[in-house]
Amino acid sequence: MSVLEGTAHVYGPNVDTDVIIPARYLTSTEAEELAQHCMEGIDPEFVSRVRPGDLIVAGRNFGSGSSREHAALAIKGSGVACVVAESFARIFFRNAINVGLPIVECPGVTEGAQTGDRFRVDLGAGSVENVTKGRTFRATPLPPFVQEILDAGGLMPWVARQLAREREVRVGVAPEEPAQADWRLD
Amino acid sequence: MSGLTITEKILARAAGADVVRPGEIVMARVDLAMGNDVTAPVAIARFRELGVERVWDPSKVALVPSHFVPAKDIASARLGMTMREFAREQGIEHYFELGRGGIEHILLPEQALALPGMVIIGADSHSCTYGAVGAFSTGVGSTDLAAVLATGKIWLRVPDSVKFVYEGRPGPWVVGKDLILHVISQVGDDGCAYQAMEHTGPALRYLSMDSRFTLTNMAIEAGAKSGIIPPDEVTLAYVRSRQEATGRHLPFDVLASDPDAHYAAEHVIDVSALEPQVSLPSLPSLAQPVSTAERVRVDQVFIGSCTNAKLEDLRMAAHVLRGRRADPRVRLMVIPATQEIWLRANEEGLLQVFAEAGATVSTPTCGACLGGHMGVLGPGEVCVSTSNRNYVGRMGHPSARVYLVNPAVAAATAVLGRLAHPDELGVEPPVLEPAAVGASEGGAQGDGAGGADARTGGGGA
Repeated sequence: MSVLEGTAHVYGPNVDTDVIIPARYLTSTEAEELAQHCMEGIDPEFVSRVRPGDLIVAGRNFGSGSSREHAALAIKGSGVACVVAESFARIFFRNAINVGLPIVECPGVTEGAQTGDRFRVDLGAGSVENVTKGRTFRATPLPPFVQEILDAGGLMPWVARQLAREREVRVGVAPEEPAQADWRLD
Repeated sequence: MSGLTITEKILARAAGADVVRPGEIVMARVDLAMGNDVTAPVAIARFRELGVERVWDPSKVALVPSHFVPAKDIASARLGMTMREFAREQGIEHYFELGRGGIEHILLPEQALALPGMVIIGADSHSCTYGAVGAFSTGVGSTDLAAVLATGKIWLRVPDSVKFVYEGRPGPWVVGKDLILHVISQVGDDGCAYQAMEHTGPALRYLSMDSRFTLTNMAIEAGAKSGIIPPDEVTLAYVRSRQEATGRHLPFDVLASDPDAHYAAEHVIDVSALEPQVSLPSLPSLAQPVSTAERVRVDQVFIGSCTNAKLEDLRMAAHVLRGRRADPRVRLMVIPATQEIWLRANEEGLLQVFAEAGATVSTPTCGACLGGHMGVLGPGEVCVSTSNRNYVGRMGHPSARVYLVNPAVAAATAVLGRLAHPDELGVEPPVLEPAAVGASEGGAQGDGAGGADARTGGGGA
């Protein structure tokens, strides 16, 4: 599991997807293009300041509002290595996992944090350290199933694997039967 | 099996299980998948990358151009082309072209495609709206939609349910919008994060389906995964009338929460004590009674969106605007939610009332709500809107300010040029009849029209 270290861009609570990528840019579907307007609604200087490997550190309810996946794509496209937030809105959480943008839920992480602070995120150990301020926080572990999607490289590779498995079942066991693999996970 | 909420029952059926419990992750079969012109093109790209040739079931897919329609520029025209071509290629019959569609969240129930007991997955955050018919319905992003298009299934974590019990009789000018803004102000912008909001209680019998759609529409503004209203006679009358009108008779399941179902929390709201609400910039949770809010001057009034552009909403606004004119300094915009609502509003003379009041009346589109087109706000401008979000920059420039209200408050505001309560104009409020005709006291709550859970099949299915 990787350790990510970078400079943080720090925001408060309720950073919604409208400020991450305003709707007027949603006519584009390309991460690189969307990245040129990332965080424009809340921090117009972000685009000129951000460097590859930087982190976003934010308060609770990050990514609330619109389901636009363009928000996760814009952040990923801008080179941000990881978003650490006190909590995430659920659609953004899914979108980030699905497009392979690392996210870490970490209660208390914004305490004393300022833009420019160095942060170190140990995904394996589940710890987040504000190196500048000398404070360490514990991350909330991902549900094992969500971790499985991440390990597969995102939702599409995971689905591809499931479909391949279904085809094996079909060919190997009951060639006439339609695919009806039991996908229920307990 | 007892002890389950309606949400748990729907998800259990969709997962092929007898029982599911909150926190459990299930693979649910999807009954209806929806994408719009912003989210579907991304989903289509992901779908193609997967190398799957056909969607799992074209009859269960709805594609609705709604956000940047009519196309506002060449880029949005391309998004429309992508959807249209995909619909044609895949044989997706529920593609609703301009002039035959509207805003998806009002359109799909109107088209008798969103029905009780279904699992509905929409690539738009306000997909929670369909919960008003007693469906489990939630919003997702484009990649999740792509996975559904390929497999017909989605992974879901079974949400905790939170119960909202509405008691009393709504006062003058109080509709679904005021209930939900008040609730969000009480629980907070993420107060129901990852949860299902279940709306119940005797006051619901005073809420028409149009009002109920507003109640479930804004579940996402409380951070919820879904909002749901267990079906009652109001729901079933609506569903059957839509089936008759469209000739679409898909089967549906009328489910109810068990009396001993478990809720993570329960909130009781006395609606008779509620006044029309206004959410101040820039969070929906900053709601307070209109009567106590500052009388801020406005530049624009927007009556539209998936939240408040249904026939009842337009009637309410027209009731206030009839014989009056918008303040000369105010731009008033009215955008009916669907083509059918537009036609009905036209027949009833409502569009005439709006136009004579100095409003622009446009073809259905999400338009101004998301700052996409059709009424984008400039620096420092103030807009009073019937939509669902007043975030920074939502409707245009980041310094613009948006206030959320119900349609009657919006109409009164347009006339006076500042935030206003309709009482200030001396208009008699519309008479509120119980929507549930013949409903017994204690009415809409609980076990639905037929009592026990029932499977209802339409004639043509």
